[in-house]
Amino acid sequence: MSWRWGLGQANLLKSSILVVGAGGLGAPALLYFAASGVGKLGIVDHDKVELNNMHRQIIHTEAYIGQPKVKSAAAACRSVNSSIEVVEHQEALRTSNALEIFSKYDIIVDATDNAPTRYMISDCCVVLGKPLVSGAAVGLEGQLTIYNHNGGPCYRCLFPTPPPRTACQSCADAGVLGVVPGIIGCLQALEAIKIAASVGEPLSGRMLLFDALSARIRIVKIRGRSMQCEACGENSTFNQQYFREFDYEKFTQTPLCVFWLSLRPIMKLIFESRISSKEYSEIILNKEPHVLVDVRPAHHFKIVSLPNSLNIPFSTLESRLPEISSILKKDEEEKDAVSESSAPPLYVVCRRGNDSQRAVQYLHKMGFNSAKDIVGGVESWAQNVDPNFPTY
Amino acid sequence: MVETYRGGLELLCDSKKIHNVNVEFEQQNGEDKLTMKGLLSWVRTNLIKERPEMFMKGDTVRPGVLVLVNDCDWELSGQLNTSLEEKDVVVFISTLHGG
Ligand SMILES: [Zn+2]
Repeated sequence: MSWRWGLGQANLLKSSILVVGAGGLGAPALLYFAASGVGKLGIVDHDKVELNNMHRQIIHTEAYIGQPKVKSAAAACRSVNSSIEVVEHQEALRTSNALEIFSKYDIIVDATDNAPTRYMISDCCVVLGKPLVSGAAVGLEGQLTIYNHNGGPCYRCLFPTPPPRTACQSCADAGVLGVVPGIIGCLQALEAIKIAASVGEPLSGRMLLFDALSARIRIVKIRGRSMQCEACGENSTFNQQYFREFDYEKFTQTPLCVFWLSLRPIMKLIFESRISSKEYSEIILNKEPHVLVDVRPAHHFKIVSLPNSLNIPFSTLESRLPEISSILKKDEEEKDAVSESSAPPLYVVCRRGNDSQRAVQYLHKMGFNSAKDIVGGVESWAQNVDPNFPTY
Repeated sequence: MVETYRGGLELLCDSKKIHNVNVEFEQQNGEDKLTMKGLLSWVRTNLIKERPEMFMKGDTVRPGVLVLVNDCDWELSGQLNTSLEEKDVVVFISTLHGG
């Protein structure tokens, strides 16, 4: 070993780290900061703990539902390590309080979930000269880099113009698997600890891209500090006064709290859009009107299939959407007589339940909100409902 | 040549992340090299299936999209003027905000 962790540990004890956001990214980062003995650990968040978020915000326990996340996270950190100082900032980060809060810490960790806050945090770090460990996760992908450190770029060097509103997906909009922000949050902890302990090569001027679905991590080289940058460039007039008056919501045309407004869609994706093969068998028994789409390849479908199912192989789904539309519409019209006017539920099945999930995600995206997938596919049907159903 | 779309961008083109493409381009103004500018206009015509504004603005990518040529920010290789050769890997990444 070319370095001694003992020295790093001593540096760590003297350091102070601020985590903005006690959600999916912040949760594991905070636990590791506490466990590894960061001298002073600050937490900023204005939200409350919700059951909905628990699949990814692993620092919170059910006992804290309805209580401030900061309180819950601080308690967890203290129970992991009682020797560190944990500071609770139970408030939303604003241009009016950011300078004061940030100035008390050596390293800032961005674990937030929206564009305006990300610009605000980066600008504040530039103004105060603090390194920023920035992570993000949406769906099954994550990104990680360090801004404003060792001559590297700031967030604005990389993204001088905010993206259009429609291009921003917060994790609630896009749906997120809890472990993905968890992995990025752990990596954020690692990079912050490296800076605090002055060991290794920080991920500055480089960006880590994580793709969970294909199990790929790619590290790419990004530009250095831009001389033209509005925040950190040579002729920048960005100072504390300018920062205090900057309107980030207007700049990004995004309200600072998009996350709150869009909490619902993710729940639909995770809890409501799947049914078990048993539940589906009851739907058949009760003769509930519905449409069943089988997305397996045609030759699988020919071997064996569920009754009254329509075969639309996954690869052809996009081109055959109109077909699904017209079937649903037809059923809706027939049902109209029974006075209910919403489209019948659409169920999707495949062999084991993977393609059907992807198909349902796509169908939701395309406006087929009633689509649900059958967990475990026809194999689960054979196992749990109809033992005579041939498996292949 | 391979292109990867990430961070929601793949939804714009057939939900496919990796595209192996053969770009045929016409010689223009005596230029016989394919540049990023030429590739972008080719992508716009041939790959983007919906909402091109999510990918492009004017003749370049929209704000919030990072372009990487062989794992390197295109800012370091001349942006639109970056010349491309066979087997180059171009990656478009949409910046993520969520957590
Ligand atoms: Zn900058």
